[in-house]
Amino acid sequence: MSTLLEVKNLKTHFFSKNKVFPVVDGLDFNVKKGETLAIVGESGSGKSITSLSIMGLVPKPGGKTVAGEIIFDGTDLLSLSENEMYKVRGNDIAMIFQEPMTSLNPVLTIGEQITEVLIYHKKISKKEARQRAVDLLKIVGFARAEEILDDYPHRLSGGMRQRVMIAMAMSCDPKLLIADEPTTALDVTVQAQILELMKDLSHKFDSSIILITHDLGVVAELADRVLVMYAGQVVEESEIVQLFDNPLHPYTQGLLGSVPKINEEQERLSSIGGNVPSPDNFPKGCRFSTRCPHVMEKCIENQPDLIEVYPGRKSRCFLHEEGDS
Amino acid sequence: MTTYIIRRLIMMIPILFGISVISFAIMYAAPGKPTVMDLDPDISVEAREAQMERLGLNDPPHIQYINWMSNVVKGDFGTSFTKKQPVRDMIADRLPNTLILMIFSTILAVIIAIPFGVLSATKQYSKLDYGVTITSFLGLATPNFWLGLMLIMLFSVQLGWTPVGGVSTLGGEFNLLDRLHHLILPAIVLATADMAGLTRYTRSSMLEVINQDYIRTARAKGFREKTVIYKHGLRNALIPIITIFGLMLPTFIGGSVIVEQLFSWPGIGHLFISATFERDYPVIMAITMFGAVLTVIGNLIADILYAVLDPRIEY
Ligand SMILES: Nc1ncnc2c1ncn2[C@@H]1O[C@H](COP(=O)(O)OP(=O)(O)OP(=O)(O)O)[C@@H](O)[C@H]1O
Ligand code: SF4
Ligand SMILES: [Mg+2]
Repeated sequence: MSTLLEVKNLKTHFFSKNKVFPVVDGLDFNVKKGETLAIVGESGSGKSITSLSIMGLVPKPGGKTVAGEIIFDGTDLLSLSENEMYKVRGNDIAMIFQEPMTSLNPVLTIGEQITEVLIYHKKISKKEARQRAVDLLKIVGFARAEEILDDYPHRLSGGMRQRVMIAMAMSCDPKLLIADEPTTALDVTVQAQILELMKDLSHKFDSSIILITHDLGVVAELADRVLVMYAGQVVEESEIVQLFDNPLHPYTQGLLGSVPKINEEQERLSSIGGNVPSPDNFPKGCRFSTRCPHVMEKCIENQPDLIEVYPGRKSRCFLHEEGDS
Repeated sequence: MTTYIIRRLIMMIPILFGISVISFAIMYAAPGKPTVMDLDPDISVEAREAQMERLGLNDPPHIQYINWMSNVVKGDFGTSFTKKQPVRDMIADRLPNTLILMIFSTILAVIIAIPFGVLSATKQYSKLDYGVTITSFLGLATPNFWLGLMLIMLFSVQLGWTPVGGVSTLGGEFNLLDRLHHLILPAIVLATADMAGLTRYTRSSMLEVINQDYIRTARAKGFREKTVIYKHGLRNALIPIITIFGLMLPTFIGGSVIVEQLFSWPGIGHLFISATFERDYPVIMAITMFGAVLTVIGNLIADILYAVLDPRIEY
């Protein structure tokens, strides 16, 4: 499989009067064509800012991508002008958000919101766009798609709105779909339906997906590979099955609980004592050292590197350097 | 929707009735008698008494009110004490002048306030934002009459660019440029306070909107910032602004009282001032009721527009 997206040493920082918040701090990962990569991590670990960095939509003022490369389909997105990025967003890379209730514009009809993307990126007529919108709504599971088209978002439930968001995101046939916690705000039964739909669509459209989630059940269901983030960095990268079988990093082990097995129902991130350190106050050495049960002296002073422990498996921990993971 | 509007129109009747009672009472309680201004100081007591009797001013207040009201219901606002003309004709003569001034200054306020409010919000904390904010606070704080006097001093007296007052050059034929020339200063003065308020409202409404999730969605769709702000943002931000706008409608009448006096603009406000000095009760009441009608209509228009603009609201 060839690589679609390659993120190298990505740093997105927030700045206040005299403080720097290294919210995303040297991220390396890649996404292959057609694969689903999950990014997991506790709240505040920088998952959303990572996805917004890829989109070039880091919240302004305050936030800025200060270093790195985001090579998408051969071009570094960070080197593109804003004018060139307009053609990428919504067209080559689409995104859906955690908040289906508020992510649609309340004063525009569903039809307007889907067709406007198509007309803008694909330069097709209003009529063609409308037909395409009907097709898309059918694909995401609306039986009476024509009627939905003229409805306003407030008439739809959360699950239906997320379906509309998905239809909108898929409308231009993107090469990469970024889904930032697409099911977190939904009822459990609706969650399952939306996940089923996303799985379906990723095959149908042959898009790569970056799936951001808290929910390890979702990861097990959908992802091919997993990236575990902690305090703005990748701490572990792994194929899905191996991660559940044998998590390498102490943080991942904590997340999965003491006896991690993929066949055991391990749905939620298990709680680890302590809190994620705030970005303006990261520990000097290993960022997990304040909570790690295996913390050693050198962990306090030095930062471990992300190293390939086994082929295709990376972890950021001194334990592996000693060869006794 | 139609039934809603009809219901609202019917509800206006008791409101207007209440306003008329209160206005009548306040006017009646104010010191001074109409005839004092009207008549020659040398006139005999008998003649004055006869005059009072003829105008019905010797009747008890509630009888006077009932007499006035029963005529108003028939569409008759009475005859001016001093001008001896039907009040309706006097208002009809001056209304166009006031409307022209109101409409012109409203357009002025809107075309300046909305873009500056939007710019100020999208460039929050920039120099432009601070400039707009300071200017609009100055605009809010500056009294109309003072601003008017200063502008007259500068542009009419010192520079001689604009006429000192009036709607047109006396004795001239109708000439659009001449009309605009006369209109520009009073319109600016009348627009200032509302412009400032409207800029503030636009800014805060827009600020709220641009932090909404659907704005992020619009950006994620690849739209240019202009489309994001004006198509997705402004349409939402305008909903509360339009409501405020409907509520502002009567303030133009209030403002026009001062501005028309200052610029000798023969409109309703001008008439209102002279009627007040002369205790010309029928004229005062008619203009007060006109303002009241404008207020309730402004409210209704605001609510209707709200429903039209916001699909979430249904009647
Ligand atoms: N606009 C902003 N200004 C300043 N700091 C921000 C801003 N947005 C996010 N942050 C900080 O960046 C860090 C990472 O935020 P991010 O939203 O990426 O976390 P996340 O991993 O997506 O968490 P969650 O699971 O809660 O969505 C947090 O500490 C947050 O406080
Ligand atoms: S480097 Fe040290 S503190 Fe960090 S995870 Fe490994 S053992 Fe724990
Ligand atoms: Mg997030």
